[in-house]
Amino acid sequence: MALKKFEGLPREVIALRVSQEIEDNSYVNLGIGIPTLVSNWLEGRDVILQSEIGMLKTGSLAEGGDIDQDLINASCQPVLEAQGTVYFDICESFAMIRGGHVDVTVMGAFQVTPTGDFASWMNPSRGLNGVGNIGGSMDLATGAKKLFIAMEHTTNDGSPKIVRELTYPATARKKANKIFTDLAVIEVIPEGLLLKEIFPGLSVDDIQSVTEPKLLVSPDLKEIEL
Amino acid sequence: MDKTVKDVEEALSGIEDGATIAIGGFFAAGVPRILLRALADKGVKNLTLACGSGPLLGAKGELDALLSNGQIGKVIDSYGLFRSATKGGQHPFEQQVRSGEIELEVYPMGTLAEKYRMAGAGIPASFLPVGAGSMVESSIITNIEDHRKPRETRVINGQTCILEYALKPDFALIHANTGDAEGNLCYRKTARNFNHVMATAARVTIAEVENLVSPGDLSPESVHTPGIFVKRVLQVPRITFDITAL
Repeated sequence: MALKKFEGLPREVIALRVSQEIEDNSYVNLGIGIPTLVSNWLEGRDVILQSEIGMLKTGSLAEGGDIDQDLINASCQPVLEAQGTVYFDICESFAMIRGGHVDVTVMGAFQVTPTGDFASWMNPSRGLNGVGNIGGSMDLATGAKKLFIAMEHTTNDGSPKIVRELTYPATARKKANKIFTDLAVIEVIPEGLLLKEIFPGLSVDDIQSVTEPKLLVSPDLKEIEL
Repeated sequence: MDKTVKDVEEALSGIEDGATIAIGGFFAAGVPRILLRALADKGVKNLTLACGSGPLLGAKGELDALLSNGQIGKVIDSYGLFRSATKGGQHPFEQQVRSGEIELEVYPMGTLAEKYRMAGAGIPASFLPVGAGSMVESSIITNIEDHRKPRETRVINGQTCILEYALKPDFALIHANTGDAEGNLCYRKTARNFNHVMATAARVTIAEVENLVSPGDLSPESVHTPGIFVKRVLQVPRITFDITAL
């Protein structure tokens, strides 16, 4: 199998780039994986994190003696309260999510397409007869005002994760608005995928070579700025 | 009204083989560990455990006991499998899901929450937009092929919606930080999660509470679950565990 072709941004820095796209005064929900790392870059910002377990104003990760067994985020990581934290039950939490009250949702994905379809909940190769962990992913996608996908540009063996059609089971259709990878920032527009930013040193052809659908190139194409 | 029970046997009385039992908790937070352990000791079989988001993954000792007694027939959950495929593949729960010995039925988390809410609120079914365009729209998601019933859908305001039915468990086992003898409950931090809505949904709700107080001791404005939803209250010690061990 082909190996990964290009070295790009580390996961923490993809998260940093995503954080720059989040406006102050936003309510934000962060999924598992790279999205969770976005919280490290939001400290001091006027952004409120919603956690689907039932918490608004989720604080930073807790360590050592600060760990409380009754206080975790939706990834089961111990967290801290922030000043003004609120707790509520699961139905209220999903009223916020499904009801369109969350401004920005950031999720990981196995695959994304030019129409904004994405797959994140099940890896068929796990061989579990059609079941997997949906968690809150479909609810979050349904209610998202803005949905950002944060992921590696390719799989570990170099296969594109930005594909023409999903081969993994869909989480939702026509929902992804923007894709942040280690190699590029791509916007989902009605005409397809618009390449807006690329990792310094790489060319449009380089990005295209690890992306299955044909990319449109923004007239304002620039290097990823941090 | 005094709903306190003296021990776990009295708390779980009436639970028989084949029962559908809601289990509160979200991964390791707010799981009714003592009642789950007692359920394993009771030995009742062919149980359907109706969960919300992975409480059995968060109470692995109790899950292992239920599995080794062969008590679980079916699990309903939104996140019922270990996140790590390697870890999951080695665990008897996933092995029994793979072989079909245990049925796993999966819903989006908010949809599952709403199925319990509908049961508690006397709403038989409702149309939800979540899952449109995914496998959720085509059939019930389960590892047992014969049980993949097709879903009813309707386009409402241009959006495809899926008919979801109320999920009414026979019993709910829930965990609260503080409760009074009349069943009024308060939860601590994110340990609330599915506990409240499951309390409203079940025919018989059994609450384990770390602190048992007298009626009037809870601030009336601060009660999370009013006692009308709770049938039995059992005082339990606070079990400390490593939340990071999941």
